[in-house]
Amino acid sequence: MKRFLMILGFCALTTPAAMASDSGVHLEPMEPDHRDLPSLQHGAKLFMNYCLGCHSLEHQRHVRSAEDLGIPTDLYQASLLPAGADMGSHITNAMPAEGAKNWFGAQPPDLSMVTRVRGTDWVYSYLKGFYLDPSRPLGVNNDVLPNAGMPHALIELQGVPRKVCKQAPEGGRDGLSGQPMTSEQCGFIEVEAGTGLLSAEEYDAAVYDLVNFLDYTGEPYRLDRQRIGVYVILFLLVLYVFTWLLGREYQKEVH
Amino acid sequence: MSNGEVNLARRRFLIGATSVVGGAGVVGAAVPFLASWQPSAKAKALGAPVRADVSKLRPGEILGPLPEWRGKPIFVVKRTDAMLDQLEALEPMLADPGSARPSQQPSYAANRWRAREERKDLSVLIGICTHLGCSPKYYPEVGPQAFDGNWKGGFFCPCHGSKFDLSGRVYAGVPAPSNLEVPPYTFESDAIILIGEDEESA
Amino acid sequence: MSDVKSSEKPGAVMAGVTQVVDWIDARMPLVETYEYHMSRYWAPKNFNLWYIFGVLSMVVLVNQLLTGIWLTMSYVPAGDKAFASVEYIMRDVEFGWLLRYLHSSGASAFFIVVYLHMFRGMMYGSYRKPRELIWLFGMAIFLVLMAEGFMGYLLPWGNMSYWGAQVIVSLVGAIPVVGADMMEWVRGDFLMSEITLNRFFALHVVALPIMLIMLVFLHIVALHHVGSNNPDGIDVKKHKDENGKPLDTIAFHPYYTIGHDLPAIVLFLIVFCSVVFFAPEMGGYFLEPPNFEQANPLKTPDHIAPVWYYTPFYAMLRAATYPLFGMDAKFWGFVVMVGAIALPVVLPWLDRSPVKSMRYKGAISKGMLAMFIVSFFLLGWLGTQAASPFYTLLAQVGTAGYFAYFVLMPWYTRVEKTKPVPERVPA
Repeated sequence: MKRFLMILGFCALTTPAAMASDSGVHLEPMEPDHRDLPSLQHGAKLFMNYCLGCHSLEHQRHVRSAEDLGIPTDLYQASLLPAGADMGSHITNAMPAEGAKNWFGAQPPDLSMVTRVRGTDWVYSYLKGFYLDPSRPLGVNNDVLPNAGMPHALIELQGVPRKVCKQAPEGGRDGLSGQPMTSEQCGFIEVEAGTGLLSAEEYDAAVYDLVNFLDYTGEPYRLDRQRIGVYVILFLLVLYVFTWLLGREYQKEVH
Repeated sequence: MSNGEVNLARRRFLIGATSVVGGAGVVGAAVPFLASWQPSAKAKALGAPVRADVSKLRPGEILGPLPEWRGKPIFVVKRTDAMLDQLEALEPMLADPGSARPSQQPSYAANRWRAREERKDLSVLIGICTHLGCSPKYYPEVGPQAFDGNWKGGFFCPCHGSKFDLSGRVYAGVPAPSNLEVPPYTFESDAIILIGEDEESA
Repeated sequence: MSDVKSSEKPGAVMAGVTQVVDWIDARMPLVETYEYHMSRYWAPKNFNLWYIFGVLSMVVLVNQLLTGIWLTMSYVPAGDKAFASVEYIMRDVEFGWLLRYLHSSGASAFFIVVYLHMFRGMMYGSYRKPRELIWLFGMAIFLVLMAEGFMGYLLPWGNMSYWGAQVIVSLVGAIPVVGADMMEWVRGDFLMSEITLNRFFALHVVALPIMLIMLVFLHIVALHHVGSNNPDGIDVKKHKDENGKPLDTIAFHPYYTIGHDLPAIVLFLIVFCSVVFFAPEMGGYFLEPPNFEQANPLKTPDHIAPVWYYTPFYAMLRAATYPLFGMDAKFWGFVVMVGAIALPVVLPWLDRSPVKSMRYKGAISKGMLAMFIVSFFLLGWLGTQAASPFYTLLAQVGTAGYFAYFVLMPWYTRVEKTKPVPERVPA
C-alpha cells in the first residue's frame, strides 16, 4: 500500500510533456474557481459576445449554464441566448464549416474542453498574448501560439497591443550606485493608451472570467464531483473503522 | 489458536454493525447506476414544450397526431358547437364524466370539455390509449359504425376496442380504465398553443 | 477454534435456510463448493500485504464490468458520434461522469494491482512447480487485459485514442512480407476509421471480457487445486494434523476474507475514490489532455505517449534503433516488444533455483530483481517522455536490464548460494 501511495504521489507531481506550451514561452498561472458565480456569469457573457461568432461549446447546453451559473431563465433568454436557439440546445453557432475554412484557414475549434486540452494557464496567457504584426494575414500574431490563425477578438476591450523594447531590470544591482541594473530588452507587449474599453487590470480580470467560464464548461460537474467525493471518503473511513475492528476480532483468534 | 479469546457478543455486534454500514454503502453505490436510467438532459431537451398553430384548423377537424411532445402523439381537435352540446347527454355512458382523476389532466381541464374555459372548443389530448398504449383513431361522424351502432363521435382504439368521446372521456365497459390524458398547455396567442408547459409548470 | 455457528439457537428462519440449502445440495454441490473454496480452503498463515492484490484485482474487475455495462447503455460506437456520446455520458446522463471516471480510473487501477500482483509472484516464486499453470493463466489474463485496455482506449475517439491506436496498429506493419496487408486487415480500412472502432468496440465489450472472466475462473480453479504459495516458499502441505488440515494454514474464510481482505478492500477504495473524485485525470496520466479533443486524422498530437501502463513496453519498442541481419530497426523494435511481453510466460522454466522465495535466494537473484524493477520503472517513465538521443540510450540500457533478468536467470539461479528453507513456517 505504501508503494502504491508513492506511485500516486509520483504521478500527481509530474506532468506529461503534452501540457507544455507549443512555443516554450512562459505561461501565466491561472487558477480557476467554479464557485465564483459572478466571474462565471461575466465569462459567459464575454463568450456569447466575443467568441460564439466563431467558436461553439457543442457539448454544453444553455439550460445547464443557466442553472449552474445561477442565471434566471428569462434573464438568460433575454441577454445571453442567441436568437433562434432554445434553452435545451447546445451552445452552437451558425457558422458554416466550409466558409470558416476559407476565412481562417481552418475551422475554429470547439471550445467545450479547451482548458482540458491546453490547460487554463495556456488559454489565459494566449488571450493576453496577442500583438500587432502587419506581416500576418489578420494583422496580429500571438506569443503563446505563434502564427495563430485567429484574429484578436478582444481587441476592443484590451486596446491595441504592440511589441516594444524598453529598459528593463536585468536582475543584478549596479556596484556603485546600488540601483538595479537595466538594459534595453525587447519582446514586451504594451497596449496603446486609450485604445481599449478596459484598463489593463480590468482586461486581465475579464480574461480571467472568460477562461474561468471555459474551464467550467470543460467539466461542469466538477463541484458535484468534489462535493460527493468528500462524503464518499468520509463514509469509507467510517466503514474502514468497522471492518478493521471486525477483522481484528478474527485476526486475534489465529495470531 | 487461542479459543478462549473469542468474545462472541462483541463479534456478533461488529458483524451486525459492519453489515449495516456496508449495506448502506452498497445502497449508496447503487444510486449512480439507478439514477443514470433517469431521462437524461438530452431527453429532457428533446421533451421540451412544442408549439402548434391552430389558426388554420377548421371546426370538426383534428390536428395531429403531428406535433409530438416527448415523443408522444398529440391530438388537437377543434370541436363544433353541435359537438360540444351533445357532450352532456353522453355522460351516463361514461366511466369518469367529471374527470375526477387528477393525474389525467391539469386542474383547468377538469371539466366537461376537458379544455380551458376560455377556449372550450379546442381539445388537446395525448393520443395514447390508457389501456395498453395504442393510438386511438378519430371518428367525428355521428352515426352507426362497425364497432358501435349508436356512435356519437369520438375516438376508437382499434387494438382492443376502447371508446372515448370527443373530450377524450372513456366509455364505461371498455378495456381502457381512464380518460385520455390532457397535457399541460397554454395559449401564446389565439393562433399558437404551447403544449407541454403552463403557468404552473413553467 | 470455537464453532460459532453451532452455538446459535436454530430458530425458524435458520431451519428454513437449512432446508433450502439441503434442497440445493441434493441437486448441486453447494456446501462442498463453498467449503472447497472458502471455509476449508487452507491458506498459509504467513501471508503478508503483497497477497492482497489478487483480491483487489477481482474488486477492480467487478467495477470495470459494472461501469462498463452501464457506459455501453449510452455510448455510440460511430465515428462521428463516439466522442460526443462520451461527453453526453459525462454531462447529460445522471451521474454519467461518475460512471465514466470509475471506468477510466479503474483501467489504471487494474494495471496497478495486476503489476503488483505479478511482482509478488516473481518475488516469492509463486510460478514454480506445481503452480506453473496458474502463472500461465495469469500471463494470459495479462495479455488479454492489455488488449482490453488498448481497444477500450480507442473508444472515446479522442485525438490520443486515435493516434495511439494508429501507432500500435502500425506495429503489425513491422512483420515482414505480410505486415502491410495485415495492418489493413486489422483496421478493416486504409486508415483508422469507424470500421476499426466498431470491431474494437465488439471485442472490448463482448469478446475480451468473456475471455477475461473465463481465464480468471481457470486461474482460481488452478490455484485452489494446488493451494497458495507463501512468502517463505514453504510447502505447507507437508505437515498436516490428524484431520488432514495443513498445520501452518488457516481457513481462507473467515480469517483472510474478513480478517484481512475486507479492511484492505475498504482502504483500497479510499485511495481509488480519492483519484476518481479528486484527480480523475491524474495529472494527465490516467486521462491524457489531447483526448479531450475529437480524433482528427489530419492533426497528430505534438507528443504521442500511450497510457502509462504500456509505457515500459513502448519505451523498449523505441529503444531498437539499429537495423540487423538485413531487417530494419522497426522490425526489431517489434520483436523486442513482443519478446518483453512474452518472456515472463516462460519464467517457471527459467528459474532453476532450489528455493522459491526471494527470502532464501542468493545475492545475485536479489540484485537482479532489484535491477529488473529499476529498469521497469525507468522504461515506464521514458515511455511517457518525448524521445531524445540520451533518453534512447537510457531506454536501451533499461531494455538490456529487463531482458537480462530473464535471459540470465537459468545461470544465476543455479550458481548462487541459497539459504536453507525451514521445514515449517517460522512463527
